[in-house]
Amino acid sequence: MKKGEVPQDEDFLKEEHGRELSYAVDESGNYTTALSSGWEAKTIALDNALARIEERISAAKQRVLDNKTSPIEYFMELNRMDVPVLASYMGIWQWRIKRHFKPAVFKKLSKKMLTKYADVFEIELQQLQQINTDS
Amino acid sequence: MKIAFEHKQSAHCENGVASNLMRFNGYDVSEPMVFGIGSGLLFCYIPFIKLDSAPLITYRAMAGFIFKRFAKRVGITIKREKFKDPKKAQKRLDENLEKNNPVGLQVGVYHLSYFPDEYRFHFNAHNLVVYGKEGDTYLISDPTMEEVTTLTDKELEKVRYAKGVFAPKGHMYYPIEFPEKLNLESAIKKGIKHTCREMLAPVPIVGHKGIKTVAKLIRKWPEKKGTKRANHYLGQIVRMQEEIGTGGGGFRYIYAAFLQEASAILNNDTLSTLSTEMTEIGDHWRDFALEASRIYRNRSAQNDAYNKVADQLETIGNQERDFFRKLKIAI
Repeated sequence: MKKGEVPQDEDFLKEEHGRELSYAVDESGNYTTALSSGWEAKTIALDNALARIEERISAAKQRVLDNKTSPIEYFMELNRMDVPVLASYMGIWQWRIKRHFKPAVFKKLSKKMLTKYADVFEIELQQLQQINTDS
Repeated sequence: MKIAFEHKQSAHCENGVASNLMRFNGYDVSEPMVFGIGSGLLFCYIPFIKLDSAPLITYRAMAGFIFKRFAKRVGITIKREKFKDPKKAQKRLDENLEKNNPVGLQVGVYHLSYFPDEYRFHFNAHNLVVYGKEGDTYLISDPTMEEVTTLTDKELEKVRYAKGVFAPKGHMYYPIEFPEKLNLESAIKKGIKHTCREMLAPVPIVGHKGIKTVAKLIRKWPEKKGTKRANHYLGQIVRMQEEIGTGGGGFRYIYAAFLQEASAILNNDTLSTLSTEMTEIGDHWRDFALEASRIYRNRSAQNDAYNKVADQLETIGNQERDFFRKLKIAI
């Protein structure tokens, strides 16, 4: 890649964000670095990954509303986690997390366990219990 | 207190932390030098590790290995510590800062408050340097950022104790012993030989053979996995190649920069020619990424498009095979 070819794609990141360092050669063929604000291929790949996350979040929400899963799964998706990551933050086995996805089991969870989930998701206990009404 | 630490942006966090810590201690070693000596370049397809439910494809050595190999080959000693107790971890960090010693930390990305939201995933092998503390705020030099930044003590504890794969567990590291003079010549040779060995390995998931294996799989993905998943997999390849601080072309440009620098140090003109060749290979990787990303933007389900990128990848595989055979002889 030549230095003048280091891509500058302006709509790369929605937020204000610094540029990344790329390695490129100058006119005389020597390696140098140049800042890149983004590139088409990267933008597409990232947008695709983010769209996938959004899809998963809204699907999880729908399942909560249909009473097919508990709010724990929704907040897990919202925090871009999967079951192994959530289990690791909670310090409990994965099968227990999956069990807590069952609405009937979720209703019977102790306040202590619910508080722990709320802390991991960085939300209030109330939010964890009231997803049905506030959305 | 603030340590007089020079922040220099790098493409990749691990090389950057290593290079910046070396410069602080009076050794001017560039990012490509750290990367090359640490045998950072790789291609590996790991179907049994899933990242975001796609098979893992990596263009570089595993997190932590580059600095470790670099240290061993140039003869410096790194002290590494992990802590069960976050309070102890913070105390040790503060002690080091008191002693005017900036330290490298392994952290999780998800809770890094200064990262743009789009980049925040549960990835735990990020590296940064802490170079001071003012009140409850730590001064942070994250080599992937243009400028220095800060984190509060609570925020720092959170990222040092991120959970999941590669959990950092408070991992802190810094060089403690240095030789009188860095033995760059032999370190460079060792680094290059190691990379050649890996890239030419007779294993179907590593090196040039790994590239060709993935090319073969791409042809089958649309039929076997469906268009949606095939596109998701392709997207993950592009992300690993271009997004994770690779300096472009899946680290191939950084490696070309290393070969150019090495050619001057070793007085070896062949390395300079090979550097130009590696740049071209990097350009081919960029072309591949662009084609691949366009497939799933257009959501085109034609098998033709997949075959086309697979052809590109196969060519790259052959080029890298020829390249590393030449490099092996050159050194």
